[in-house]
Amino acid sequence: MTFPETLASWLRHDMGLIPVERHRPWSRFEVSEAQWWRLMEAMEVSRWSLLGLWAEPERVYLALRDDTDEDIAVVSLLCSEGRFPAVSVVRPAAQRLERAIHDLFGLEAVGLTDSRPWLDHGVWKGSRPLAAVPGPAVRRSYAFLPVEGEGLHQIPVGPVHAGIIEPGHFRFHANGEAVVRLEERLGYVHKGIEGLMQGRSVFDAARLAARISGDSTVAYGFAFARAVEAALGFEAPPRAVWLRALMAEMERLANHLGDIGSICNDAAFPVLLTRCHALREQVARTAVACFGHRLMMDRIVPGGVAVDLTPDGAERIRRLGTEIKGAFAIVMEIYDNRNSLLDRMVGTGVIGSHLVHRFGAGGFVGRAAMRDFDARRTPSYPPYDDLDFIVPVLEGGDVNARVGVRREEIKESLKLMAVILDRLPEGPVLEPVPGTGGEGMALVEGFRGEILVWVRLAADGTILRCHARDPSWFQWPLLEAAIEGNIVADFPLCNKSFNCSYSGHDL
Amino acid sequence: MWKTLLITNLFKGPYTDAPPSPSTEALAELVDKAARRRLGRSLAIREVDAGSCNGCELEIQAINNIYYDVERFGIRFVASPRHADVLLVTGPVTHNMREALIRTWHSVPDPKWVVAAGECACGGGVFAGSYAVAGRVEDFVPVDLHLSGCPPTPTHLLEGLLALLTVNT
Repeated sequence: MTFPETLASWLRHDMGLIPVERHRPWSRFEVSEAQWWRLMEAMEVSRWSLLGLWAEPERVYLALRDDTDEDIAVVSLLCSEGRFPAVSVVRPAAQRLERAIHDLFGLEAVGLTDSRPWLDHGVWKGSRPLAAVPGPAVRRSYAFLPVEGEGLHQIPVGPVHAGIIEPGHFRFHANGEAVVRLEERLGYVHKGIEGLMQGRSVFDAARLAARISGDSTVAYGFAFARAVEAALGFEAPPRAVWLRALMAEMERLANHLGDIGSICNDAAFPVLLTRCHALREQVARTAVACFGHRLMMDRIVPGGVAVDLTPDGAERIRRLGTEIKGAFAIVMEIYDNRNSLLDRMVGTGVIGSHLVHRFGAGGFVGRAAMRDFDARRTPSYPPYDDLDFIVPVLEGGDVNARVGVRREEIKESLKLMAVILDRLPEGPVLEPVPGTGGEGMALVEGFRGEILVWVRLAADGTILRCHARDPSWFQWPLLEAAIEGNIVADFPLCNKSFNCSYSGHDL
Repeated sequence: MWKTLLITNLFKGPYTDAPPSPSTEALAELVDKAARRRLGRSLAIREVDAGSCNGCELEIQAINNIYYDVERFGIRFVASPRHADVLLVTGPVTHNMREALIRTWHSVPDPKWVVAAGECACGGGVFAGSYAVAGRVEDFVPVDLHLSGCPPTPTHLLEGLLALLTVNT
């Protein structure tokens, strides 16, 4: 059964809702609790995927995307009694978001099946730190989901891991070598970024946004700047828009190269790690020569970009593109011709297309399992609305497919970098942003997938509330499914092929 | 293909950069602490992310690439704190990571060194003052060497670690 209507017509006509003022570029509709319930019912039979769920001390916001006409809308509900009907009942990916909302704001999702805390590990000085009235500290223990059966054993891993990576805890239940269940516990690097942003100027907050996830610093800077500019009804100057995309493609290139190398290393094939990380280093060195920072951190700011491309920058990036194109072809030739390597990659960590769609997982996790979604194409944003590029979509859903999506995206990013340089307009790169208030939202495709940033600005231009939703929120739960039935020794391989963000998720 | 690789590599010359000098700043910070411990000519490092944004991790990973090749100096990263001489800590220490950091520090056998890498580890960085952040690394474990930067560049990290190696030999 499919729902006959689009999201927009359902909200406007069936519900008779009128969008609130000054929410850009997509409309926000304030609903009553009864209408929220009806929305949940409608979602059960619709193809409206979850984009985000966040809160303010007394209100929850739900962002949805209609997969049929690619329209986006935000729905909000005033939680007068400190609760709201759970979205996770119809969209399981909302579960951890609801647990996080409860930990931070004390708002209760009615119908949420898992009431354990998520970000609050019981060691903060108080509870509900972002609520209007924070609560006293609560010490709690955390019970992992039980697994029963003969011969099962538990393997606790983390939060301090063996590699140079971020912290998180993985609880494996294994039967011999085979993983019966993996349960993740995250929140270790929760820094309270959304709380820190409140009351800051957009420029101070941009520095925080650039540090939500260091590997996606450009994408977060881009998304934050676009959300602020949407709220203010401001367009960045054309040269800045194109430079943003240039940096975003360089970041995608660097991360995908790093990932492919690290995935191969976890399949005991370090020669490709060496080669890929050498290429990654070349991108970082080009970035520092062109933009003054190896990760291009703090280069994208509300109003444009903080620095222009250095005079010899275009030539450097072109040369980098040519070198990487040749060197990467050799890497992939080695990859394709090593049966022992492919034996580890193909058929490992399979995730079904139905789960990817059900959780609305984006990025290479979604595109490796037939979910054809890339925020650069829909809803799109400048300058990508004026660029042609291929969004690779594969059907394997295994480690090999996730490598495959990345390898095609590397090729596309190299092409895009060259096209952007050819078409780079002249002119200023930064303009002052006006200081009026408003609400804005942006979706920007980082290397992992779509990043959602929503801001509400005060009339003096400071941040009243900012929410950033990392693509990893909808990918982490799928890793638990991907590893099931695989051997414990393949977990690093599966995990690296997902490469979810801890810091971006924990905030 | 292997023939192409061989020929390219023969003529291209090495990727690896010339070794940097130990950082004088780091040597100055370490000089009066060196009398306590001498670990010889190699150092094993255990890295702990106590709340970082992952930017520092990227640059620490980079010192393992063939441009910086940290292992040529006898410095290597190990999987367990029990095998380590040095604890390299990044990030502001979040409340949720505080206990894990302290327990990891206790797991490193004496004599040991602690290096705080990045603005957040050294002084809290942009995250200082948050309800979720417990403080700087030195508020919880004794820090011997501070390496600043957001994130510190691989060269800066390498210069600091070479200073640590110098005072140990």
